[in-house]
Amino acid sequence: MDSAAILAEIPRLRRYARAMLGDRAAADDLVQDTLERAWARCALWRAGSDLGAWLFSIMHNLRVDQLRRPAMSTHSLDEDDFEVPTRATQTDRLEVRDLESALRQLPDEQREVLLLVALEDLGYAEIASTLGIPVGTVMSRLARGRERLRLLMDGRPPGANLRVVR
Amino acid sequence: MSKLPITEADLQAYVDAELPEARCGEVDEYLAAHPEEYERVRAYQTQKQALKALFRPVLDEPLPERLQALASPPSPVAVDPQKRPFLAHWSLHRIAAGLLVALVSGVAGWLGHAQYQASDKQAQLMPLPRQAAVAHVVFSPDVRRPVEVSADQEDQLVAWLSKRLGTPVRPPKLAAIGYELIGGRLLPGNSGPVAQFMYHDASGQRLTLYVTTENAANRDTGFRFAKEGPVNVFYWIDGKFGYALSAGIDKSELARVATAVYDQLEHK
Repeated sequence: MDSAAILAEIPRLRRYARAMLGDRAAADDLVQDTLERAWARCALWRAGSDLGAWLFSIMHNLRVDQLRRPAMSTHSLDEDDFEVPTRATQTDRLEVRDLESALRQLPDEQREVLLLVALEDLGYAEIASTLGIPVGTVMSRLARGRERLRLLMDGRPPGANLRVVR
Repeated sequence: MSKLPITEADLQAYVDAELPEARCGEVDEYLAAHPEEYERVRAYQTQKQALKALFRPVLDEPLPERLQALASPPSPVAVDPQKRPFLAHWSLHRIAAGLLVALVSGVAGWLGHAQYQASDKQAQLMPLPRQAAVAHVVFSPDVRRPVEVSADQEDQLVAWLSKRLGTPVRPPKLAAIGYELIGGRLLPGNSGPVAQFMYHDASGQRLTLYVTTENAANRDTGFRFAKEGPVNVFYWIDGKFGYALSAGIDKSELARVATAVYDQLEHK
């Protein structure tokens, strides 16, 4: 695997992980674990195939593994400085929070598909192979995720037990 | 035109511009005739743009160093049995075995009180790096009896610790990178026995590897770094095993050793 190619993929992996998990440190931990696993398995990567898609599938599988186990509260001393968001106005920020918190309320598998489509511009077939699910499942998760997010953003909770987003 | 009925999948693909052009036209017609559906599709398009905009800034954030470093292979330190210049040499410096009767919990408790009390609400369940750091601080300064079983009885050490931990454990060989095994000992962990292996380098700098098998419920992690007072700790969790490497040496040197340890444990 080529370092420059990997380096070029990291920002996208971070963005996706951040959108999936919400939390910056947790997202970077996930990216770190993904890269480590990728290096450990670089023999399995077929040269010429899509490196990004391969990394995304590793990340997906890691997440699945991690979801199966109860979370552990590790305390990692991160030396990263904390960045201050630089959104323009007060209203903007409210909207951002709205969309983010609505996104948090989607079931994991819907959020995953929705984000791969929205952020990564991956085709449905690519997403299906990345996640190891049939294309039909991708489509139905996407449709349900989009609709749920729309209702949440409209302040209409899709299920009775969901919180109203304001 | 074929005029197949417009499906939900068609609408989704329309949003993502994944439809063939001809079909696109049919969806256009359909939406023109169904204002509610038109609004819904519009909302999905807006949603997609909003998500892109929301997370777009992450792409421009400077990469944390630890991620940047992983663009290159995590330097596997070659552990070539041919190259062990230190082995013969430093065997002389092995410290004889001895039984150390120490009030481990007392000292650990004192350290805990002195340094960590304020930050740790769950004092009885110490996180792995802290446990390891305390064990390091307690035993590594001990000149005469740093270990319970010394390296010249390595077979016994391995058999004993494996038996007590209930799973095979074996000290990694670090001679190739300049660290010689002194020996090991058994310690109380959060809920049972844990093992500690001690090494030293040519300058006498000591380094301990703390191995727990108490992590049944925990997820795997990559390398994590923690600093406990003067002690730097690299730790990671691999299945039920938790490993923590502690020493008063700088982070990059410790990372080098941690990589070698990890590498050996992976390919055991």
